[in-house]
Amino acid sequence: MAEPVLQVQGVSKSFGALAASQDVSLDLVPGEIHALIGPNGAGKSTLIQQIAGALRPDAGRIRFMGRDVTQLGIVQRARLGLGRTFQISALAMEHTVLQNALLGALGASGRPYRFLRPALRDPDLRRRAEAALERVGLSEQMWMRTSDLSHGQRRTLEVAVALTLAPRAFVMDEPMAGLGTSGSKRLTGLLDELRHEAPILLVEHDMDAVFALADRISVLVYGRIIATGTVEEIRADPEVRRAYLGEED
Amino acid sequence: MSFSLFVEQLLNGLQLGVTLFLTASGLTLVFGVMGLINLAHGSLFMIGAYAAAAVAGATGSFLLASAASLAAAAAAGALIEMVVIRRLYSRDHLDQVLATFALILILSEGTRWIFGSFPLYLSIPDWLAGPVTLPGGIRYPLYRLTIILVGLVIAAGLFLLIARTRLGIRIRAGESDREIVAALGVNIAALYTIVFAIGAALAGLSGALVGAIQSVQVGMGEPVMILAFVVIVIGGIGSIRGALIGAILVGVTDTLGRAMLPDLFRLFMDNSAATSVGSALASMLIYVLMAAVLIVRPTGLYGARGA
Amino acid sequence: MSREGLINLALGLGLLAFPLWAEWAEEPFMITLSTRVAILALAGVGLNLSLGLGGLVSLGHAAFFGIGGYAMGILASHAQSYTPIFEWPLVIEGTKAMPVIWLVAIAAAGLLALAIGALSLRTSGVYFIMITLAFGQMLFYFAVSWPAYGGEDGLSIYVRNAFPGLNTLVPLQFFLIAYALLMAVLGLAALITRSPFGLALDAARQVPVRVETVGIAPYRLRLIAFVISGMITGLAGALYADLNRFVSPAMFNWQTSGEIVILVILGGTARLFGPVAGAAFFVALEHLLGGVSDYWRIYLGLVLLAVVLFARGGIVGTLAGREAADG
Repeated sequence: MAEPVLQVQGVSKSFGALAASQDVSLDLVPGEIHALIGPNGAGKSTLIQQIAGALRPDAGRIRFMGRDVTQLGIVQRARLGLGRTFQISALAMEHTVLQNALLGALGASGRPYRFLRPALRDPDLRRRAEAALERVGLSEQMWMRTSDLSHGQRRTLEVAVALTLAPRAFVMDEPMAGLGTSGSKRLTGLLDELRHEAPILLVEHDMDAVFALADRISVLVYGRIIATGTVEEIRADPEVRRAYLGEED
Repeated sequence: MSFSLFVEQLLNGLQLGVTLFLTASGLTLVFGVMGLINLAHGSLFMIGAYAAAAVAGATGSFLLASAASLAAAAAAGALIEMVVIRRLYSRDHLDQVLATFALILILSEGTRWIFGSFPLYLSIPDWLAGPVTLPGGIRYPLYRLTIILVGLVIAAGLFLLIARTRLGIRIRAGESDREIVAALGVNIAALYTIVFAIGAALAGLSGALVGAIQSVQVGMGEPVMILAFVVIVIGGIGSIRGALIGAILVGVTDTLGRAMLPDLFRLFMDNSAATSVGSALASMLIYVLMAAVLIVRPTGLYGARGA
Repeated sequence: MSREGLINLALGLGLLAFPLWAEWAEEPFMITLSTRVAILALAGVGLNLSLGLGGLVSLGHAAFFGIGGYAMGILASHAQSYTPIFEWPLVIEGTKAMPVIWLVAIAAAGLLALAIGALSLRTSGVYFIMITLAFGQMLFYFAVSWPAYGGEDGLSIYVRNAFPGLNTLVPLQFFLIAYALLMAVLGLAALITRSPFGLALDAARQVPVRVETVGIAPYRLRLIAFVISGMITGLAGALYADLNRFVSPAMFNWQTSGEIVILVILGGTARLFGPVAGAAFFVALEHLLGGVSDYWRIYLGLVLLAVVLFARGGIVGTLAGREAADG
């Protein structure tokens, strides 16, 4: 197996008495989609926040692109090539769809401190932003105000902004949530292609999508990874079945 | 500087500190409970001072004047809360700043209109005039000593109010979660009006106490309000304990700085240069203190919320 | 042209036409009022960059306005008394040349904004408001207690400073200088708003975490915006002091900060020409109501209260409707 792009090594994080992550280890290797699943409150979001750099783990290390990034913030990790999408859309609602994509292109350019030429007229930024919008199917909505987009379109725009970064790894927090069947199918197709450009750590509740896409699955319950394996292995795992069946009671 | 002079300056600093606390505690309470930044808090300080001056002028009683300052500021606070402030809780801080700035304009000019532009004088009553001799033979004005004691008693009362009473429980609950308080069936609107009026009354009393040392005039509240902001930034927004510690730190730093810095510069400068450099730097000292706290603890000494 | 564009054109031409009319009607005081509008608008354009675009509610812009004023006062007072400002390590003389004064004012305000911004921007929200207010007040007290340049009484300049090729004592010529600077800075503000930097700054106001996630640090964006904003307001301060031929600690007073915020809000936050409309409204109100009542600020307060509670887009926002301010 190729050298992992992202490695989470023995990460723990508590909030008071609540242990949100307990000795969590997982990795992401080139070409794969690694799905992270688990019941609500299992600590998926806390783990994503630690991977993205929004929270510092109490213990353990996070390595990305061969570097120890445990002490780095969101900005530095993004610059190293971590492309994140949010569970609850974090978009500039007053901006147009194109402006949101341009922001991503601007971050990727590494030169945001330019004051004179309008961002809309910068051919490099435009090309990059429009290519990403085209790819997720938002070209027609380019000039719409983001607050006027449907919920599903906003989710898609999240993915487009991450695409403009051309990241070395994606971390996607429930990109399918709230998408209709057709939107979900389209995004599944896109993620399927994307894994060859950069591996994806995918947090997702939509099990059809997870089983269709994932090369590996890790199951997080009460802050612990109880199993990691292929789709078949996870489906057959008794502990996973118990954890999920337990939730359904 | 002699030891007795140092003690005297320290007491002056403490006196400034407790009056700042009276003003800052209301401001920080209103922020902690309602999430509101109120620039017009200094106007309530001014209203208290004017009410005291007017009542003292009419009756000659300092106690009645102090009571009037509490009552007038509380009433003005409650009225302002019900007419204007209440509409601002759901607004962003910019709107709160603007609306309360507008209130300053209205209240200051309104006061000038009623009382004229000349300062009023509120004199120290005979029974509080003159110095007392402290242990160690230090003579200190009785009135200022009284301010310190009154301020500390009120601070203790405020801590008890918040820690022990039903109202205090509601205030603390309001700080942590507004919806829970509403769910418990507490009348939020009334609670907010009461909290605002308490804060206003304390500021008003502070205005009356200070008014007898300075003169009572329009605009007297704003410097105090800005100092109260410095106190809150140092102590941490929403924290009464932070307000007390911050107020005393600011009061003592400011007073000692003004007393000692010129002397300090005289050690290596000629007299007039030392006086001007020393006093100019002394006027900046509390802001330097604030900057230092900010560098170490951006949310203040006792602050938890990032606001 | 969009509706906002038409309003901007009308405001820009109106501000030029009014003093021209006053010149024809021989009403020099009206020209002075127009100059006041142009200068206050310039200060507002500066603030609007941090407040409107960056979402940084600074209640301390009087610091930059005042330091610009004192840059003018100090340079000009040394020039008129023929005493150098420094003799060691090298001799620095005062000057009466406006362009030099402007550059010094801009540089001084920029450095001050860098220091204040670097500290204040570590915080946000109410803390930021209180801290900027406090630092502004710090400079006020410093100016009051520093006797070398007039202390509480301030500094007077006998003759207005000079601009090559113009007679600045002629009201209309001085107005044109202020107007030209205002238009130039408005052009610059328009460029910055549309630039990549402006896009990122505006996004950082709306969703800071998004900006971080694309690898841009909001703190640095905000600090740069705050410095540019302070520089523009500093330039306005130098002009304002030149208009009055007087500078005093009052320029540092927090009420000055409040008034700059007010005119930006009255005009319309984040609207390019908002400060122009706001300054014109403010000066007109001051002039008209000030003639009727000594207590005109009560009415200013009531108007402001009404705008905050009921007309939230300000003048330009209300006229132009809800189209994207940065379209």
